[in-house]
Amino acid sequence: MAVWESSAADISPPAVAHAPSWATTVDHKQIGILYIVTSLVFLAVGGLEALVIRAQLWKPDSHLVGPEVFNQMFTMHGTTMIFFVVMPMLFGFGNYLVPLMIGARDMAFPRLNAFSYWMFAFGGAVTYLSFLAGGAPDVGWFAYAPLTEYAFSRGTSTDYWILGILISGIGTLATAVNLVTTILTMRAPGMSLGKVPLFVWMMMFDGILLIFALPPVTAAIIMLLLDRSLGAHFFDTQAGGSAILWQHLFWFFGHPEVYVMALPAFGIISEVVPVFSRKVIFGYESVAAATVAIGVLSMGVWAHHMFTVGMSDALDAIFSGASFLIAVPTGIKMFNWIATIYGGKLVLASPMLFALGFLAMFLIGGLTGIMLAAVPIDWQVSDTYFVVGHFHYVLFGGSLFAIMAAFYYWFPKATGRMMDERLARWQFWLMLAGFNLTFFPMHIAGLLGMPRRIYTYSADRGWTIWNQLSTVGAAMLAVCFAVFFWNLFDSVRRGAPAGDDPWDAWTLEWATTSPPAPYNFEQIPLVRSRRPLWDLKHPEDPDWEHES
Amino acid sequence: MNDASLTSGIATARALDGGSGAADLDATHRTHVGMVCFLCSEAAFFGTLIVAYLTYLGASKSGPTPAEVLSLPLVIAGTAALVASSVTVHLAHAALRAGRAGTFRTWLAATIILGALFLVGTAVEWHELIFEHGLTISRNLFGTTYFTLVGFHGLHVTVGLLLLTLMFCLSLPGFVSQRHSDGFDVISWYWHFVDSVWIVVFAVVYVFGR
Repeated sequence: MAVWESSAADISPPAVAHAPSWATTVDHKQIGILYIVTSLVFLAVGGLEALVIRAQLWKPDSHLVGPEVFNQMFTMHGTTMIFFVVMPMLFGFGNYLVPLMIGARDMAFPRLNAFSYWMFAFGGAVTYLSFLAGGAPDVGWFAYAPLTEYAFSRGTSTDYWILGILISGIGTLATAVNLVTTILTMRAPGMSLGKVPLFVWMMMFDGILLIFALPPVTAAIIMLLLDRSLGAHFFDTQAGGSAILWQHLFWFFGHPEVYVMALPAFGIISEVVPVFSRKVIFGYESVAAATVAIGVLSMGVWAHHMFTVGMSDALDAIFSGASFLIAVPTGIKMFNWIATIYGGKLVLASPMLFALGFLAMFLIGGLTGIMLAAVPIDWQVSDTYFVVGHFHYVLFGGSLFAIMAAFYYWFPKATGRMMDERLARWQFWLMLAGFNLTFFPMHIAGLLGMPRRIYTYSADRGWTIWNQLSTVGAAMLAVCFAVFFWNLFDSVRRGAPAGDDPWDAWTLEWATTSPPAPYNFEQIPLVRSRRPLWDLKHPEDPDWEHES
Repeated sequence: MNDASLTSGIATARALDGGSGAADLDATHRTHVGMVCFLCSEAAFFGTLIVAYLTYLGASKSGPTPAEVLSLPLVIAGTAALVASSVTVHLAHAALRAGRAGTFRTWLAATIILGALFLVGTAVEWHELIFEHGLTISRNLFGTTYFTLVGFHGLHVTVGLLLLTLMFCLSLPGFVSQRHSDGFDVISWYWHFVDSVWIVVFAVVYVFGR
């Protein structure tokens, strides 16, 4: 059909020609790209920190870096990857895609949107400026009190951590409000909440989760700041304060945060899998309902991070049970994705490869998660490398694989050019092999008793070989990301012209030009089904005849 | 992109649909939804501070205790002023909606005065606590949690007063009229919210916690 043809001639270079406008933009697409590019910079930095950690653990009794530097590295690695890479990257995609997918011209509050981005960038910068001010934060990304109290953490590094997270948190909250409002009020005519793409569903619940989960940690961080700078006693056990309160407040945010990073990833997979299976998503309603269930349940499981602090057996049992329950809606989604693939005409292009990688890796992370939700197992392996292995399977194998699928899927929309498919395959296989080589041995090292956060170990523990495998895997991952960055850089300049709808997809973002005009759509489209572009391309058999 | 054929496709779809089913809502509605989201997050924030207050109730290793130092008459007067300001802001809002600019200004001014009275009450109370009873944020856990909770509420009252005062100043040269009544909604919602938070804080700190 003529609609879906495009010529190379009208592709304009997206970044270079309009450089000054990027600093002042309020366009959701430019802000989305700013988010993504900035978090890619942080990804490189956080990756280098991980390499330092892995290099230090290469051999027993290593003195490559001292314990102080090692503590800074794992603190900054965790903080960076969670607050300045995965979350903003997903917000970048959310920012870019949500208005396009719901047929809107922009977010509900465009200036607030720009404010969010700059708060994120500023918060990240503040956290990293600590390197110039006498040392980076070295208290872990969870900043457990009373370790973070002034008595045990002298100097300013912890204050930099507090302020950096506080500032970027304000931006995150503003984004959450913006996303929820946009999705609730700006949908195109005919697009009821039962017809929005699943990615949009997930972003909406992401926002709702953040609205309720982020303020408690903001309050806790302010309390910590008051303790450190005004002599308050919230977490000062000498004055009757509680070290456990910090853990409760932190994990009340920290656990939903896992789903804040997972839900958009689920959304990405729910867009990619149907298009590359050439089938409608299996059980749209149950995927959406499972999102709601995950959102609600995730608020009630935070204390499973605290089985070993000595809560009562009854509390342990309640939180353990609630954590097991999360497996149900997550399992429903897995079944839906697999049922979508089953019997489909699979197109194994790079987005689909990464989506399949996500399904396999996230499954392993989910299974070890169920193991950890069992209190007796958690008592054995808590704070060992088993846990490190588990959450990397969830966050790297889950969120980051999905993010890669998103890059390859939507890059043509944002730039008008395709990414190189051959390099994509190299990256995928390097990532899959390197990822498993890095993180699978961690489970074994953990079961052998290797604690988290130790900076070195003696040779007689039997951990050496597992650490060396991990380090080799980390080196492979470094190569994989070098390939990815080169592919991005090179494809922006010389990628093959993509056209408006290179994947023959069905959601509204593909109905406009690549890259889209500032106003997104010349005419706001009217929606009659969950696959508006299918209806346009197949007027003889439109979806809305089959949907109730 | 061949926009013509997309547009014609859309036109076809629109014709089939009969043009109904618009889900897009106007900008006013957008501001309302955004404000509700924001107030939900504020509720979670204050909820956390209140949880911390209750956690540490009676946990101080040394005095003074709430019963020793909190003076009820002053805070009851302040509470009355704040609750009354919720009524006056409502009356101001109703006047604005009815297009009576003069009445709007009067009730708005009353709201600002009542809110300011509440803050003055808090200032007097804090002065007493700090200089007569020696209760500071670092004195004991009661001081820590009290000044944090009441302080953050006072900060929110201050922000609300700034917004109301801004509206008042804009109304003097006639910049605020009937068609801004929907926008004034969100400010009044914020003010009602801050008042409701105070009722909870009052119950927790001065009634239940004393």
